[in-house]
Amino acid sequence: MSKHWQPTASIEAIKEKARILQSIRAFFAQRNVLEVETPIISSAAITDPQLESFSTQYNQQEFYLHTSPEFHMKRLLAAGSGDIYQLAKVFRDDELGRNHNPEFTLLEWYRSGFNHHQLMDEVEDLLRGLMNPAINSYQRISYQQAFINQLEIDPFEADVKALKQCAAKFKVESPQGMEEDRDMWLDWLMVEKIAPSFSKEGFTFLYDYPASQACLARLDKNDSRKANRFELFYGELELANGFYELTDADEQAKRFKNDNKIRQQRQQKLMPIDDCLLDALNSGLPDCSGVAIGIDRILMLIIGAKHIKDVISFGDEFSENSI
Amino acid sequence: MASYSTNDFRGGLKLILDNDPCSIIENELVKPGKGQAFNRVKLRNLKTGRVLERTFKSGESVEAADVIDVDMEFSYNDGEFWYFMDPNTFEQVAAPDSAMIDSGKWIKAQELCTVTLWDGSPLVVTAPNFVELAVTETDPGLKGDTAQGGTKPATLESGAVVKVPLFIEEGELLKIDTRSGEYVSRVKS
Repeated sequence: MSKHWQPTASIEAIKEKARILQSIRAFFAQRNVLEVETPIISSAAITDPQLESFSTQYNQQEFYLHTSPEFHMKRLLAAGSGDIYQLAKVFRDDELGRNHNPEFTLLEWYRSGFNHHQLMDEVEDLLRGLMNPAINSYQRISYQQAFINQLEIDPFEADVKALKQCAAKFKVESPQGMEEDRDMWLDWLMVEKIAPSFSKEGFTFLYDYPASQACLARLDKNDSRKANRFELFYGELELANGFYELTDADEQAKRFKNDNKIRQQRQQKLMPIDDCLLDALNSGLPDCSGVAIGIDRILMLIIGAKHIKDVISFGDEFSENSI
Repeated sequence: MASYSTNDFRGGLKLILDNDPCSIIENELVKPGKGQAFNRVKLRNLKTGRVLERTFKSGESVEAADVIDVDMEFSYNDGEFWYFMDPNTFEQVAAPDSAMIDSGKWIKAQELCTVTLWDGSPLVVTAPNFVELAVTETDPGLKGDTAQGGTKPATLESGAVVKVPLFIEEGELLKIDTRSGEYVSRVKS
């Protein structure tokens, strides 16, 4: 398919995006949350094995395009910025499809003194103002409860064998190459059975993920099997990810190193750990929660777009391999 | 053996699944938030014509189907097989009814079709997007009724029955879109 010079998004969609951005800025201005900018290109990068960064060079040194502005924003928080938000273009390699574009717009913000439930409240407040027509269905369910309800299994206790049996019991045909990776099986059941069970025409917050999927969230202070992380969905579509942020530098360093260990096992590239972030955590990150929302997907919901390229002005840069 | 990674998946890509050649109809990347990505794929089994759904762990490789598309001329149908000839090499192939799917009813002799070959034997025959066929049977046309809506059935020389505007007469040559099975226009002779 050859490319056209025209935008892939309608002028109407482009205007709607401008309206959303204005409305987001007004929302945070009213709540005294400061808008900030941080570097897109950085010498350190995310280690998460599920995320691939684009890379580039400067002076024969390798640099990476950020997959989210999280690390630099945390350095601002540690430096005493107070509550901050950012509307950033972010980049993720190998993510292309109906709901994925390798370059997309992320809204990310941090609130000191908030736990993840208070931040979910604020996400809901923001969305109530943004969504037009209004959507009034906002549900919350814990990761554990969702698995118990749909699959009669406790995701914090089940081993790989139990998860496989569960998939077989509910007639979920499993892809090849899953091996004995517990999180992969959880993700698989999540995609096949849990997400499809969410309200089709409303928002669902799924919270308190297994500790093995904590990413940058702290573990629950009463139950270390779970992490204070949440995701937001509309139907099956994932829109946001939030953390009650981990502030322990040693624990964070351990997780980064473990990520790289997994990368090595899977023959992925090892990523340079962000020592500046670790130093910032050592110097003291305020007790806070943070969340990132995919703005293009929000726009898809508002205008009823079926493909993400319908809401990105020129969404066909990577389209050669897409459908 | 050639293979494709899930990153190569796109519409029309031909794979081997359970020993049968399949063609990708739809490919969707699904990711449970920050976790493992999967490709949810809708495919057509090119031997049976059946549509199936499969999910792959992203990054996995799948065996490529060694199929080629060749433009071939339709010769004749003997009731069992449909015979096609490569106009360059004069090589002939016989396609079973199952390979014709919907194409048989749109083609007449000499029509240039796309024949998908797997190990040399025809898997699928695709009619041209547009064909020109004469009307062999239809109710008499209504004089002067060239602007009004309303349709009637017409049988074409290939045997297909399509809905046509009321003013169409027997013997007229029509342009048909084989993908939708719809009448497009009259062809001036």
